[in-house]
Order: sequence, then structure tokens, then C-alpha cells
Amino acid sequence: MTGVTNILVVGTGGQGVMTASEILAEAAIALGHDVKKTEVAGMAQRGGVVSSHLRFGERVLSPQISPGTADILLGFEAAEGLRWRHMLHPDGLALINTGRLVPPVVDIGLFEYPDDPIALMREAGTRVFSFDASAIARGLGDMRLGNTVMLGAIADHLPFSADVLERCILKRFATKKPQLIDLNRRAFAAGRAAAALAAKTATA
Amino acid sequence: MAALMPAPANSRLLMSGNEAVARAVWEAGGRVAAAYPGTPATEMLETIATYPDVYSEWSVNEKVSLEVALGAAMAGARAFCAMKHVGMNVASDALMTMTLTGVSGGLVIAIADDVGLSSSQNEQDSRYWGRFAHLPIFEPADSQEARDFTLAAFELSERFQVPVILRLTTRVCHVKALVTVGDRRERAGSGFTKDTARWVMVPGNAGRRLPMVFEREAKLRAETEISAFNVFEDGGDRRVGFLTSGPAYMHVREAFPDAPVLKLGFSYPVPFEKVREFASRCERVVVVEEVEPLIETEVRAEGIAVLGKNVLPRMGELVPHVLRPAIARLLGESDTEIEKSAAPAPMPVFPRPPTMCVACPHLGVYYALAQLRNAAISGDIGCYTLGFGQPWNALDTCISMGASMGVAHGWDKGRAESEREKKIVAVIGDSTFLHMGMQGLLDIVYNRGNVTVLILDNRAVGMTGGQNNPGNGRGLHDEPAPRVDFATLVKALGVREERVHVVDPYELPTLFKVLRQETKVAEPSVIITNQPCVLGQDYQPRKAYAVIEEKCTGCGNCVDVGCPAIHVTRRDTVTKANGREVARSFVRIESQACTGCGLCLTPCAPEAIVPAETCAPGCARGMPKQAVVAE
Repeated sequence: MTGVTNILVVGTGGQGVMTASEILAEAAIALGHDVKKTEVAGMAQRGGVVSSHLRFGERVLSPQISPGTADILLGFEAAEGLRWRHMLHPDGLALINTGRLVPPVVDIGLFEYPDDPIALMREAGTRVFSFDASAIARGLGDMRLGNTVMLGAIADHLPFSADVLERCILKRFATKKPQLIDLNRRAFAAGRAAAALAAKTATA
Repeated sequence: MAALMPAPANSRLLMSGNEAVARAVWEAGGRVAAAYPGTPATEMLETIATYPDVYSEWSVNEKVSLEVALGAAMAGARAFCAMKHVGMNVASDALMTMTLTGVSGGLVIAIADDVGLSSSQNEQDSRYWGRFAHLPIFEPADSQEARDFTLAAFELSERFQVPVILRLTTRVCHVKALVTVGDRRERAGSGFTKDTARWVMVPGNAGRRLPMVFEREAKLRAETEISAFNVFEDGGDRRVGFLTSGPAYMHVREAFPDAPVLKLGFSYPVPFEKVREFASRCERVVVVEEVEPLIETEVRAEGIAVLGKNVLPRMGELVPHVLRPAIARLLGESDTEIEKSAAPAPMPVFPRPPTMCVACPHLGVYYALAQLRNAAISGDIGCYTLGFGQPWNALDTCISMGASMGVAHGWDKGRAESEREKKIVAVIGDSTFLHMGMQGLLDIVYNRGNVTVLILDNRAVGMTGGQNNPGNGRGLHDEPAPRVDFATLVKALGVREERVHVVDPYELPTLFKVLRQETKVAEPSVIITNQPCVLGQDYQPRKAYAVIEEKCTGCGNCVDVGCPAIHVTRRDTVTKANGREVARSFVRIESQACTGCGLCLTPCAPEAIVPAETCAPGCARGMPKQAVVAE
């Protein structure tokens, strides 16, 4: 299918992966695209692996992104970025949070968390812009802002303007929690700035 | 889940397949909807519950939900029932006879197959139920079709007075796509008409209705031959024509844009003439269906030559990157060519299995069960199935809803001589117990078995998102509902009063004591735990704990609790005075995640775990020192 944009959003249960993907879908719809979005969500609440496929364009058929065809990999957790690296198109871009969530199987000592997942991705030939989105969210006072930070990071790499995406995020809080609008605006801006800085570092 | 104002007709909305089906049930003038939660079907009823003018309920199991829907349809109302694939195994007793009575009001039964096993104990193809019961099947491929086919299914159901199966898979249920919606059309119910020859299925009456089933099936086949949902799409590359149904159609279209396709949206009874004509236009036909060769077998029995499972995988989703190499091989492409265009492989990364939540009341239960020696633990379906995993290793079987009881009883009666002293335990959740567990316990009691039963009452259907059930005193809309008293219930089933205990699973010493005592007794006993799901509205978080780094001796006992808020910061090995090597794991508690259940306090011998507020700033935040500085 030509003209279809493939975005894979990955992370772990509870990080807001599905919400982020839904907001991206809303932005694509606002611009008149056909959209399909899917994920395996059955056990997502339990800290397991979550991957959300978002495809948009003139007409989208299969809801699933085939390995090697994602335009953007938006990784909410470092090792999860590595786990899904193979989904990226060779010319694709990975935007990865360097923040780590260590699962119990690693704590018990059954498996090892890679020393530097981002470096492994780069060694494998992936273009990666990485930054600590978790630290930004924590700095703003709420870990739950992590997904808005990540949406800020992807905002300048979409086939539409960052403003559209920001409006779709803030709309969510307009009626229910207006007090969160400013905080999310700051999180979005911080994510954008962090990704821009990471881009400079990566290409320097 | 209060009724909202439904979006107006002609709106174009981003909807999952489940949400689209729910919208269609409302639009069709549906009056009654019933279901038991189960992934990937759960959101259908949850969404219907947000529409006005449709009575909806969580039934206690799928069989009851189907009977409720049937009763409503007998009474002339349009009715709907949704379940996951394994739910129909439970409900099938009712299904196999309602095919004889048929319905008066439209009855649509949505069955959601978990193709690829994202959240199920097996992979099944529910279309066999349509073939088995001679009922028509619709197979939508996306959300718009999920809405459109549901509306058509109600019409067909009433025209032929037949229950209709709406067969969904995870990639319809959980795919969001744009849907154009319509208005609700109210339908007045006809009411129930007494007609014993039709509604009373005793052998004589049932036998007289059997010929109708086959006449109906012939008429339905004539319908599928002309159905607008069975679409032929021509293509220039006629080397392979694809006969397909459900979301597999989307994958076929994506992978082979130039191939002829016959898409069966109204797939059973199979329209043989349409297929025959299609086959005559292609060099060969490959049937692409998830997951069993149902259409393929039917078509081949009619003498139409097709390929299918002999060239495609027998299991899992038939996505483009699975289809492409299989068809390339069929067309004689060399292995090297196929390999060249193969999808890239993932890099090895540690697994991240689902875990129990921070402060989950089940953690205490499994911490205790893990220390039980010479025991066999029979498990059931729910969050607590995770107890089979690390670090607990405290669950030895999981089969089907409620099976923990019967299986444990069988273990008891089938003991080997060497297992005379073995403790036999069954673990089941509150909702699963009410769904299918009660009969198993009754069987244990009635047949004088010796099983220690743990009912983990967390007042929610946890795994599917915390739905209400008869055990938590709330109905579907969070309205007050009569609440089952588990202790009274199990006593009524015949468990002796002294053998029934209600225990707080956060009180480890009591839990240990009761568990030891009851597994020694040679008669059925029941231990009910009484703390709510931490994700539900009944849960009250408490103040977080933290680890005083200097006091932690690295014994690792707290790690055995399995709480995801406890992290190992450092590991080493020391040699003790007696020469034995001991591995040590030093820990921290992520205080932002900790909700103060206190389960880790009991195993911590050096009392290194203290309220976070009394601890130094570094440990109170649960961060390793470097990270705190880095901020």
C-alpha cells in the first residue's frame, strides 16, 4: 500500500501506550485520513508487553504493521524499543525513552536487562533519537505525563503539524480535568525539545 | 456506566469492532443484552450498557447469558449475547437445542475467537458451532462491517426465526477504525406466545422439528448465494484466487492487491455455486481462513478443488508477512528468493510476562502456597493463574473455568500409594467460583473428597478489567445488587462450619496457620480471602514503604513475595563460616508504586523495611542514589 504511514507505539502495561496511539489516531482522522489502530491488550494491565499498531493514509487494509515496514517506532521503555526494532523500515526512525522498567523476572535473576539497549539498536543499524522521558515526566511531578512527553517527541516527525497533535491531546482534558491542560502542554513541549536535542546529538 | 447521549446518525467515529457491534445492537432496537466478561469480547456488553433503552446484564456465566437472551427472543424482543470462544463451550448445551426451537424476536450471538491466543487458554474456531447447530454465520472483517453485519444479522434472524452467529476475532474486536453510524429504530416486542410443540423440547416435539432445521439450512444457503456480503473482486493476476473470510480478507488484500478474491461475509452455509464459479476463473484457489479449514473442507467435499491448510499455517493469524512467503513457495519461487524478502527477525530480549500488581492480595496467598511442602495445587482462570510463574511456582494446572475443583478432586481420588500424604489444594477466584466452581465444590463435598479450597475473593472480575459480579454487591451499572456471602454459600453446599475460614491475605501469619491446619485435615475445607482488587474502587491505598539500605542484609526473602515494586539493586555471593556459598540480593522499594500493603514486612528479618516517610529522602523515593543525584 503506498501512502500509508505506519507507527508502532510500544511499552509496558500501564504506561499509556494505547492512549498515546489513540490520540495519534484522532489527529490523523482530523486531517481526513483513513485510520486503523490495533493492539494486543488482554493482559496489558499486568505489566506485560504492549504494542499498538497505528496505520493511516488514503485507505488502510490490514490493521497490522508487517515487520520491517514501520515508519516510526515510538518506544516508551528502552528494552521495549530493542524488542520491536525489527518492525522498523530500514529508513525508519526510532524515538526511544531511555527510562527503564525492570520486570520481576530480571529482579529474580532469571534474565538480564541489556546494559545499553539503545546502543544495541544503533549497532544493528537503526536510526535512534533517545532521551529520558521518564525523568522529564518525574520532573514535571507525575509519571503519567510520560505519554504526553512521548507524543511531543513524535510531533515533528509526522506527516502533519505538531499543533494538530497538541490540540488532540489537550482536548482530552478540556471538559474533565482542565487543571491538567497546562501541565500536559508543558510535557508536550518538553518532549518536542528533548527529541530535537536528541536528533542533533544523533546526527552530530 | 450511565447511559450517554448516543452520537447522532451519520457520524463517522473511531470505533473498535466491539464498540461497533454494540452500536448496532442499539440501532437495531435491541431490548436485552447479556454476557459474561472474557477477552476479546468484554467491551461489547460494556459499551451496550452505555446506551439507553437496552436492558443489559453481566450474567453469572455464558450459558446463563445465552439463555437470558434466548428467553427475551422467545418473548419477541430483539436480544443479544456476547462471549469469548471458550464461553460457547459452556453455553453450547443451550445452543444445540435452541436451533430446534428457533426464535421469535431476532437473536444475535457474538462469539469472539482469540486467534493468536493473546489472552486465552486455547485457540478455537467458533464457526464450527454454526456448522454443528446448523446456524448461519456472519464474519465481519472490520468495525464498519461489524456494525453493518450485526444489523443484517438481526433482520435475517427474524426472517428465518433463527439465532444468528456473529463470528469475530481479536483483530475485529480490538481494531479501531472509522464507522458511519445510524439511528435507533424502536421495535415493539410481540410478547411470548404459548406453543408447546415449539418451545417444549421433549423427544417427540424435538423430533418433529428436526426436518425444519435442514429445510432452513437449504434456504439459508440460497441466501448466501445471493448475499451482498459475499463479494467477488476481480484481479489481473489469476495465478491464485483467494477465498477468504473475516479479517484475513484485509491481510489478503494487503499482500496480493492484484489477485481475484471471493470474500465471504455471510460465510455459512457456504455458497457452493458462488465458489464454483470463482474457482473457474482462477488457475487455483487458496482458502485463507482463521483458523480451522472449515470452508475449505466443505468446499472440497462438494468436489471443488482448493488449496488451504496444506500451504498455510494451521494456527495463528494469517497476516501479510505469513501469507506472502507461503504463496511464493506455492508459485515455485526458490527458497533463496523467499528468504531474501523475509521479514526481519526480532533481537533477543528478556521476556516480560504479565505480573500480579503491586500490593495484589493474591501475592500473600501465593507467597504462602509457595512454602507449602508436598502439595499439588490446582488452579483456575483469572489473574491468580499467574501464580504458576516466578517467583511463586505455586500452581500446577489450569484448564477451564471452574476446573480447579473437579481436577483437585480427581487428584485426591486418583492418588498413588506414594502420594498418601500429599496436600491437595484448589485455588479459584470469586467470579470464577460463581461462574462454574460451585458445582465442583459440591461434588467434592458430596463425594467425601479431601481438598483444601482457596476462594480468592477480590470482589471483581479482575483479569478482564474489574467488572462487577454477584460477589461484590454491585450490578453492571454500579447500582447496589444483592451480594453473595461466600462463607454461607459454601456451608450450604455442605462444607462443615469449622472448616470454613475467612482470612485477610495481607495477614501472613494467620494465612500460614490456617493453610497448614486445613491441609492436614482429611475433609473438604474452604479458605476465603477477603481483600479487594487493587485496581478496583474498593481498594484503599496506604502509605508507601521504603528499604533502609544499610539494614538490608540481602537475604532476598522479600523478593519471593513477587511484588513488582520491589527491585534488586545489587547481587553478590558470600561464603559463610561453614564454607557454604550464599547468594545475596539487596533491594529497594519503588515508593511511588508502593501502596503499603505490608506483605514484604513479614519476610524481612532485619526489619529493614519501614514507612517511606520516616526514611531518608533517597530511599523514600525508592530510587538508587545515583539516579536521585542525576535528577
